[in-house]
Amino acid sequence: MTLPTSPTLARLNALAAKRILVLDGAMGTMIQTLRLREEDFRGTRFADWKTDLRGNNDLLVLTKPDAIRQFHLDYLRAGADIVETNTFSSTTIAQADYGMEALAYEMNVAGAQLAREACDIMERATPDRPRFVAGAIGPTNRTASISRDVNDPGARAVTFDELAAAYGEAARGLIDGGADIILVETIFDTLNAKAAVFALEQVFAEKGRRLPVMISGTITDLSGRTLSGQTPTAFWYSLRHARPFSIGLNCALGAKEMRAHIAELSRVADTLICAYPNAGLPNEFGEYDESPEAMAALVGEFARSGLVNIVGGCCGTTPAHIQALADAVDGVAPRKVPQVEPKMRLSGLEPFELVA
Amino acid sequence: MSEVLSAASAFINVGERTNVTGSAKFRKLITAGDYAAALDVAREQVANGAQILDVNMDEGLLDSEKAMITFLNLLAAEPEIARVPIMVDSSKWSVIEAGLKCVQGKAIVNSISMKEGEEAFRAQAEKVRRYGAAVVVMAFDEKGQADTYQRKTEICARAYRILTQEIGFPAEDIVFDPNIFAIATGIEEHNNYGVDFIEATRWIRTNLPHAHVSGGVSNLSFSFRGNEPVRAAMHSVFLYHAIAAGMDMGIVNAGALPVYDDIEPELRMLCEDVVLNRRPDAAERLLEAAVRYRDQGGAREEAELEWRSWPVEKRLEHALVAGITEFIEGDTEEARQRAKRPLDVIEGPLMAGMNVVGDLFGAGKMFLPQVVKSARVMKQAVAYLMPFMEAEKAANGGEGMSANGRILLATVKGDVHDIGKNIVGVVLQCNNYEVIDLGVMVPAAKILETARERKVDMIGLSGLITPSLDEMCHVAAEMEREGFDVPLLIGGATTSRVHTAVKINPNYHRGQTVHVLDASRAVGVASNLLGEGKGAFVTSVRDEYVKIAEGHARTLADKKRITLAEARADRLPVDWTGYEPPVPTFLGTKAFPDYPIAELVRTIDWTPFFSTWEIKGTYPLLLDDPKVGPAARSLFEDAQNMLRRMIEEKWLKASGVIGFWPANAIGDDIQLYDETGGERAMFYSLRQQIARSTDKRHHVALADFVAPKETGLADYVGGFAVTAGIGEDAVAERFARANDDYSKILSQALADRLAESFAEHLHQRVRREFWGYAPDEALTEEDLIRERYRGIRPAPGYPAQPDHTEKRTLFDLLDAEAATGIKLTESYAMWPGSSVSGLYFSHPESHYFGVGRIEQDQVEDYAKRKGWSLAEAERWLAPILNYEPVARAAAE
Repeated sequence: MTLPTSPTLARLNALAAKRILVLDGAMGTMIQTLRLREEDFRGTRFADWKTDLRGNNDLLVLTKPDAIRQFHLDYLRAGADIVETNTFSSTTIAQADYGMEALAYEMNVAGAQLAREACDIMERATPDRPRFVAGAIGPTNRTASISRDVNDPGARAVTFDELAAAYGEAARGLIDGGADIILVETIFDTLNAKAAVFALEQVFAEKGRRLPVMISGTITDLSGRTLSGQTPTAFWYSLRHARPFSIGLNCALGAKEMRAHIAELSRVADTLICAYPNAGLPNEFGEYDESPEAMAALVGEFARSGLVNIVGGCCGTTPAHIQALADAVDGVAPRKVPQVEPKMRLSGLEPFELVA
Repeated sequence: MSEVLSAASAFINVGERTNVTGSAKFRKLITAGDYAAALDVAREQVANGAQILDVNMDEGLLDSEKAMITFLNLLAAEPEIARVPIMVDSSKWSVIEAGLKCVQGKAIVNSISMKEGEEAFRAQAEKVRRYGAAVVVMAFDEKGQADTYQRKTEICARAYRILTQEIGFPAEDIVFDPNIFAIATGIEEHNNYGVDFIEATRWIRTNLPHAHVSGGVSNLSFSFRGNEPVRAAMHSVFLYHAIAAGMDMGIVNAGALPVYDDIEPELRMLCEDVVLNRRPDAAERLLEAAVRYRDQGGAREEAELEWRSWPVEKRLEHALVAGITEFIEGDTEEARQRAKRPLDVIEGPLMAGMNVVGDLFGAGKMFLPQVVKSARVMKQAVAYLMPFMEAEKAANGGEGMSANGRILLATVKGDVHDIGKNIVGVVLQCNNYEVIDLGVMVPAAKILETARERKVDMIGLSGLITPSLDEMCHVAAEMEREGFDVPLLIGGATTSRVHTAVKINPNYHRGQTVHVLDASRAVGVASNLLGEGKGAFVTSVRDEYVKIAEGHARTLADKKRITLAEARADRLPVDWTGYEPPVPTFLGTKAFPDYPIAELVRTIDWTPFFSTWEIKGTYPLLLDDPKVGPAARSLFEDAQNMLRRMIEEKWLKASGVIGFWPANAIGDDIQLYDETGGERAMFYSLRQQIARSTDKRHHVALADFVAPKETGLADYVGGFAVTAGIGEDAVAERFARANDDYSKILSQALADRLAESFAEHLHQRVRREFWGYAPDEALTEEDLIRERYRGIRPAPGYPAQPDHTEKRTLFDLLDAEAATGIKLTESYAMWPGSSVSGLYFSHPESHYFGVGRIEQDQVEDYAKRKGWSLAEAERWLAPILNYEPVARAAAE
C-alpha cells in the first residue's frame, strides 16, 4: 500500500540537491552548562514525584521549556537547517527508569512543539530559508538481539513487539507535535531500529502520510561494527527497506574515526548520507574537547571528498561547532547519490550480495 | 562445492542441515532440546562455506515458533554463524513472523504463496516488506501447486505484479520457486516436469526483471531413492540446464554432486533424456540402467543408521572402528546384561573390536587420528564398566583385567613435551597394554621407583629437546646400576636410531634399549619384546645397533671438518660499507599480555599439525589425498571446531614479550649494549665447520648477520618469547578426566600450533611496526609459512644455534618469566610446552642454516668464551660433536 509522502520530503530533497544541509549539535552538552539541580528538573508539576529526576533531560521539555527552545534557537542561529527534538529517551521503555512511562507521548508532543516554535521564529525572520524539526527517537536502553546475561545468550530483556509499541507511541507524539522528519538515531542494535521502522510504517498508515525518515547508526568502537556486530554495509542492507531520506552515523566516534565508515556507507547507499560525530574521542576526564575548528576541518574534508549530504554534531558539540561546520561545508557541492544496480542484498553481521 | 555449482558462480546453494525437515540429525537435536549441538551444526555449515543459513523448525511434535525464536536468539550470540544471512523457513506464517522478529540482518523468507488467496498473500507480503526481508514465493495458488509451464509462469507473473505494483516490494528481493517435481515416475504426465521447470525459469528471468529462481532439487529424483549415484547424476544434469536457464538459488546436497563432465557418458545421456524429456522411453531406459550404477556403499545416511539394528557385539565393533561415542554407554550396558561378568564385555566384544582397529591400523587402512578416536570409545566403555567390576570384586574378589603387559611412559626430567608420548600411550592402550603415564619432567629416580613398585614390563622415555638425549643416557645408566633388565624404549622428535645405538644403548647392558620411530611402531616393538619371539628380536636389534655404531664411527672419520680458523676466514662476507642498520622503534622490552588468540589463527602452519598425527604430506594438499584425505579432513574439522571453542570459551591465554638492544659482532659472538653504550650481555654463536669440496657456500655463524664492532655501525638484535599455552595443562587434564585422549591430544597439538603462529605473527609485526624495516611488507599466509621475508628469528637449541643454554641469556634480557609466565627447566625446555623463543636479526642477508657437527677446536674455544669446562661444553653440545668425548667426560 502506498501512502502520500509529506510535502516536506520534496522541499528537503530540493534543498539537499543544492547544498549540504546542517543538522544541529548536542542537546545534552548544552543542558549540562545550566548545572541544573534536582528541583530544576522537577519544576512544580513533579515536585512530589516518587523517584529522583535529575538526569532525565527529556523531562525538561515539560519543566524547562524556555531553556530547551533557547538551545534550539542557538543552533538555528549557528546555521542549522534541521534541529533535533529533545526526545532521545522519551520512550515508554527508557522513561520506565523514572516511572514516567505514561508521560512518554506527552514529552514527544512537547519536544516537537518546542523545536517547531524555534523554527517558526527563525522562519519569520528569514522566510526564504525553511527550517525543519527532526523528531528524535533514541535506541532505548534495551537491546533486542543481545543478551544481558552472559550465561544465557538466548535471553532477551525486550522483544521486537515491545520495542515497536514504544517506538510507535513516540512517533505518534512527535508527529502530533509537528515534527517534519523522524530521526531514528544512535542505533547500536539494528534489530531495535528494525522494530522502529516497523512501527513507523504502522504510524504512517494511521496518519495517512509518510514523513521523511532519517536513520543513524552508531559504530561503537574502532572495530568498525555496531554493538550488535554488523558492518556498516550490513547495517545499510538491514534498513534499506525503510527507504530513508538519509542513512548515516552518529555518536561514539569523532569525525576522524568515523570517516572510513561514512565513506563505506557513502559508496553503497543510494540515499543521502548524514554524519554527526562526537567532538572527538573522550579525553581522560571523559570530556569531549575537540575544538570547533578542528572538527570543522575534518568534517569539511568529508564534504570536499563528496562523502556527505548532511552534517552535524553529537556529544560534546556546541553552537560554535555547528557554526564552524556550517562555514566549512558552505559552498561545497553535496555528495551525488549513486545509482545502485538492483540486486538482492541480504545481511547477517556481514553483507551478502547475490551476483545474478 | 562441486563444479556444477561453482562454475556458475552466481548460484547460491542454501544449506539444509539446520532444517528439521531436511536433516534427521538436526531434528533429533532440536526435539531433544540440545541447542548447543544444534548450533554446532550451524557453525559447521557456515565454516564449510554456506552463504545463507536455512532455519526450519516445522516438526509436528515441536512448538515451532518457540524453537525458531530460541534457536535464532542463540545464533545471534555466535558471531561466526551470525555473519551470514538467515533464511527463515516455515510453511506456517506465524513461525516466519516470529523468526523475522529475531534477526537484525536482512533475512529471506521461505516461503509465501497465493495458496490461501490473494488477500492473505498481500497481507503477508506487506509484512515481509515492513520487516525488511527478501522473499521466496512458491508457484502455488488457490487451485494448487503449479505443475505445467503454463501454470508456473501465470502464477509467478500474477504474484510479481501484486508484489511490485501493489505492495511496492523490490523486484530484486523476490525469489520464485516454480516447484521441482519428481520425474521418471512411470506416469506419463510427469515426464515433462523437468522441462517445465527449466523453461519456466527461463521465462521468469526474461520477463520478470530482477526476480530470482530457486528450487529444492532432491524432489526431482524421488523415484530413484536408494540409488544415490543415479540420483546425484540426475541432479547434476538438471542443475546444469536449470542454472544455464537462470536458476540462481537452490537447496542442493552439494557434497554428493558429481561434476557434469565427469558423469559416465552413458549415464549422463540417460539422465539428460529423462530431465529434458527427449524420448518417450527415457524413464524405462534409465530405470533399466540404474541397477548397474547402484552404489556399493548404498545411501550413506541409511547405512549410518542401519548399523544400529545390528547385534550388540557388531555394534560395539562398529562404534570402535568408526570412533562413535554417541551410543557407547547404552551398548556397553546391553552387552553387560548379556554377559556373565562385566570383564567378559571387555575381553570379549570390546577387545575383538579393538583387534579389528589394530589390524586395520597395521594394514595402513586406518590412520592415527582415527585410532585415537577408537581409543576414546574403548576408554569410555571401560570407564562405564569399572564400577560394576569393582562391585564384583568387593563381593567375591573377582579378578581384574589381564593386559598384554604393563608399560611405564615418561617424558624425562627437564623436558615438557608430551604430545607424542600421549599418542604412544593411547595406541598401546588400544592394544591392551596397561599404560602408566608419569607425565612430563620426570626424574630418573621417580621412573625407577615406580617401575619397581608397579612391576612394569617395559619403560618408555620421551623427549623433544636435545638436552633430553643426555638425560635418557642417564636414565639408562641408572637402570643398569639398579639392576633392571626390562626393555627400554626411546622415542621423541630429537631421538634417533643412531643416537640410541651409539649413546644410550651402551649404558644399559642388562636389558635391551630400542628406538621407536613413531607411535605406529610402538605396538609392534612392544609385542616383540614381550612375546615369545623376544629372544630373536633382541638379537636382531643388538646386531643392528652394533652395525650402526660401527657405521657411525666410520662416518665420523669420513665427515671431514675444517679448522675453526679456516672456517672463520670464510665467514659470510657481508659488505658493511654504506649499510645503514635499521633502528628499532624502541629499545628494551615490550610485553603483550593476553594477546587475542583469534588473531593467531590465520597464520597457523597446518602441515606440522598433521605430521603430529602421523599424517604425512603438505597442507592443504593432503586433504585431497586419496589415501589419507578422509582421515585428514575429519581431523581438520575437529581441529577447527575445537579451535573455535578455544577462542570463544577462552581456554588458553597467549602472552609474549619482545625486545631490541644495540649490538655488534665481536668475532663469533654478539655483544649487546645498554642504552648508554655499556656492555649488557653476550650471545655466543657457533660456526659451521663442514668441509665442502664442491659448493661455494661460506661457513656461517649467527654473529655474521650483525655489524662487527670494528665497522663502527650502530646495529641491533632483537629477541622474543611467546606462549599460547597458559591453561593448556588444565584443558588437557579436563579431557583426560573425561577419558577423552583424542581431545586432549588435539588441544595440545593446537596450542602448539598457536604458539608457533604467535611467533610468526609477532615477527611480522616486528618487521612492519616495531623494528619497522619492512613497513609495506604484504605477504600471503603461504609466503609467511615459506619464510619469504627479510630477517630471521632463530631459536636457541635449534640448527642455527644448537646451544639451548643461550635461552637463559635471552630470558634474562626479556625478563620473560615475569612478562609471559614461561619458565625454563633445568634442561632449558620452556614450560608451558606451547612456547617459542628466539632472536631477531634484520640484515637482508640473514638466513636460516644448520651449524652441523663441529670439531673439538671450536668446542674448546666456545667453552672458553662461555666460561665453561670442556666437559660442560661437550655435554650441552653433545648432539653436534664430530668426535667422541667419552673418555674425558668420565675423568672429570
